[in-house]
Amino acid sequence: MNTLIYTACLGLFGLLAEIFNLRKYLIPIMVLGLAVIFSLNLQTWNHPETHFNGMLTDSNFSTAFSGLAIFIMLIILILAGDFYTSSDDEKHISDYMAILVFTLCGALMMFSYANMAMLFLGIETLSISLYVMAGSRRFEVKSNEAGFKYFLMGSFASAFLLFGIALIFGVTGTFSIDGIGVYMRAHADQLDPLFIVGMLLMIFAMLFKVSAAPFHFWAPDVYEGAPSLITALMSTLVKIAAFAAFYKLLSVCFVFALGKAEIILTVSCAATLLIGNLVALTQDNFKRLLAYSGISHAGYMLLAIISLQGSTDSALFLYSAGYAVASLAAFAIAITVFKATGTESISGFNGLGKKNPMLAAGLSMAMLSLAGIPPFAGFFGKYFIFSEAMRNGYQNLVFLAIISSIIGVFYYMKVIVAMYSKPANEFEVKPTFSYQLVIIVCILLSIIIGVFPGLFTKLL
Amino acid sequence: MLTLILLLIPLIASILVLFLKGESVKWFSFFATIVQLIFTFYVYSVFQNKEAAKSLLAINIEWISSPKINFNIALDGMSLLMVFLSNLLMPLIVLAGFNRTQERSHIFYSLVLLMHFALIGVFVSFDGFLYYIFWELALIPIYFISLNWGGVNRSTVTLKFFIYTLAGSLLMLFGFLFLYWNTNLHSLSWFDLTVNHICSCKQGFIFWMFFIAYAIKIPLIPFHTWQPDTYSTAPTQGTMLLSGIMLKMGLYSLLRWLLPIIPNGVAEYTPIAIALCVIGVVYASVIAIMQTDIKKLFAYSSIAHVGLIAAGIFALNMQGIQGGLVQMLAHGINVVGVFYCADIIINRTGNSNINSLGGIRLLAPRFATYFIIIVLGSVALPLTNSFIGEFMLLFGIFEYNSWAAIMAGLTIILGAVYMLRMYQKVMLGDLNENVTVFEDLKWNEELVLATIAILIFVFGIFPKPILELVEPIATEIFKISFVK
Repeated sequence: MNTLIYTACLGLFGLLAEIFNLRKYLIPIMVLGLAVIFSLNLQTWNHPETHFNGMLTDSNFSTAFSGLAIFIMLIILILAGDFYTSSDDEKHISDYMAILVFTLCGALMMFSYANMAMLFLGIETLSISLYVMAGSRRFEVKSNEAGFKYFLMGSFASAFLLFGIALIFGVTGTFSIDGIGVYMRAHADQLDPLFIVGMLLMIFAMLFKVSAAPFHFWAPDVYEGAPSLITALMSTLVKIAAFAAFYKLLSVCFVFALGKAEIILTVSCAATLLIGNLVALTQDNFKRLLAYSGISHAGYMLLAIISLQGSTDSALFLYSAGYAVASLAAFAIAITVFKATGTESISGFNGLGKKNPMLAAGLSMAMLSLAGIPPFAGFFGKYFIFSEAMRNGYQNLVFLAIISSIIGVFYYMKVIVAMYSKPANEFEVKPTFSYQLVIIVCILLSIIIGVFPGLFTKLL
Repeated sequence: MLTLILLLIPLIASILVLFLKGESVKWFSFFATIVQLIFTFYVYSVFQNKEAAKSLLAINIEWISSPKINFNIALDGMSLLMVFLSNLLMPLIVLAGFNRTQERSHIFYSLVLLMHFALIGVFVSFDGFLYYIFWELALIPIYFISLNWGGVNRSTVTLKFFIYTLAGSLLMLFGFLFLYWNTNLHSLSWFDLTVNHICSCKQGFIFWMFFIAYAIKIPLIPFHTWQPDTYSTAPTQGTMLLSGIMLKMGLYSLLRWLLPIIPNGVAEYTPIAIALCVIGVVYASVIAIMQTDIKKLFAYSSIAHVGLIAAGIFALNMQGIQGGLVQMLAHGINVVGVFYCADIIINRTGNSNINSLGGIRLLAPRFATYFIIIVLGSVALPLTNSFIGEFMLLFGIFEYNSWAAIMAGLTIILGAVYMLRMYQKVMLGDLNENVTVFEDLKWNEELVLATIAILIFVFGIFPKPILELVEPIATEIFKISFVK
């Protein structure tokens, strides 16, 4: 709970910074603040507590995911320093920083909610901040389009979510997720049809938020149009927050009712895997490629959601962590290259292997991790998820996931091939210090998670 | 502990070599591989002392608790044989690059040594998951070696190679996961899996998951299409690594992870497997006869040879398994030799078409001598190293089915046809107008070829030590797999 309050304070401070004329020092202060919050968050480790009359609970689940989310935001803020350099950006830098931190607030609520109201508040805080950030390049048509599209689709999904919550409240008479869980256990054999409908509406809304097929159409356009840094944020923090909230919702409130929804989740998972990977094959724009790859990763994470037993949560966490560090490294490198070449297409990476071997090696490792090749974190995440799904008897889905992994390798390799075997473009790439730092830290983490996955699965 | 050191020497060397520059890179890599080779002999001496060996060679610590994965490495006879083969070939492969200039050679040798690390890891892992990690890890360095230092059309060819092998590996991963959750011990330890078999009804399914992975790696027809292109595109040292050691991973895995673990599944599908192998042997030999590109010719001949080894293993009898082990060693040495000779020719003449070469013997008599020894070694002439292995393999296949043996036996005749014809066209006769200058061997080339030639004769004339090393292993595999 303290984590949430301090993060909100930090966001408010960002807004006030404009008044006190602290623009220059804002990012270092914010980064420092988040680092402090990160360590404060660790104190809730193994101290499960309930706050605000049962609105929020701290548990190891929320602590672990909050830690990951704060880490991601820390990286994003470090990257922001050299990303927002134009004069228009500098005028708004304190707003941007504040909104970014509020996004984190929303995510933190989604990890520790114990009440449907908090879930909704968390999702809305997260989403509204993002609608603004996606459209923050005011003079670019694509950015405007992204913000508007995301807003329209997102609010539509929020309405579904709210309707679902209302129906479930109507049946159970409570907003508390534990209370709903108790009702669900008590009435497991004959659930009220309205409860089922409410559950399905909520599931649809969550599927939208995690950009699973067939609710994924917004993702590529929004990812492409939004500023690259915000795309990085959306494809990591937002996706992970949505999945954690989804997991918690299903495992606490709907476990015994899932039989009714299993077919929906299974079909959605299979479709997400195939559509994400197959459509990614044809992409030339790197951000769109990562968007579709993100959709396919949502498919793997849905597999964890479907299995939903035993140590699925730690598998989900490991997968999220591995996915996040690899994506952040990829985005940090991509932003550097975009800046140097002025294009976002994959051909912009041509010849990077010769121009800047370190960047190329970093991007190769990030791609290999995303493709799920050992010894990188991405592989272990996948392995744990497959293993859990296999244990719970979803062999066919695992087989499909393995086939789609093979397809996935093609487009990740496309980037690597472009870097090493295509003739070089005329440009100079030199990452700034903060970008180098981020890239090195993320790649190292990716290897560390890969070599010692046990450390991270024990967190939950 | 000793096994761990064997594993760590190449890894540490591959990191250190990144900090070096210029010629020192090659010398350092050579030094590291020689140290590794000497250390292997020491490990072998420890290994012979059965009492001390157990505690010194095996390590088994928990890596991940759930699902249970152990860092379980050990050395038994078969592992030792493969480790010995890799460590023997590695200095030769490094030495082969001494008179070549390479861009960014520190990265190249770092990748080569990383590959060495992964290969040793494959051979000493006794936990299925650990083995899988090393198996995949071996793919990454060789991919980047071929992509960065390869010949024409390398990006398409290497991508095909990568996707092909990765597809196989992922099926194997599925197989392992399936095994893990469907056996009651919930363990992927080799020692558990060999005792506690999965129900026979599911073995057939697992068989295909593993078999396809190995068939791609070995490669067997019809999963071989990546191989000729990759062999001819990869840089020579890459080809030597691929053909000499990496392809043995597949054969080794048949003996380690297929036969003992799902014996009933293997028994059920052996006829299909042998048929594929035998068809492959004949098919690859016929194609090799028609090849005019020297590297492709060797690539197809390699498919024929390993097809025979795989057929012998699938014959599921002592002679077949024993012959397979002996022949793996012999083939590793010979194939590295032929590809190196091909590289020397292509490098000096800039030409890889056997019809437009000729008379090289007149200009480079010493090279011609070594080349003929290696050629004779690979056609399995008596007194060379592959004779004894191929003989045992054919004997094993004959016991299984005489027709299969007759078909597979064609490989020896056809092999002689294409190898000797190639030698005649390239080395003998009058000087071709394309070949005007051909410098004889440099010191490092001579050292590599002389070592290979000596090994060919030594193992050919005194096969006894190898046979003695191999026999208990073959007996053990046979016992675990088929005597219940």
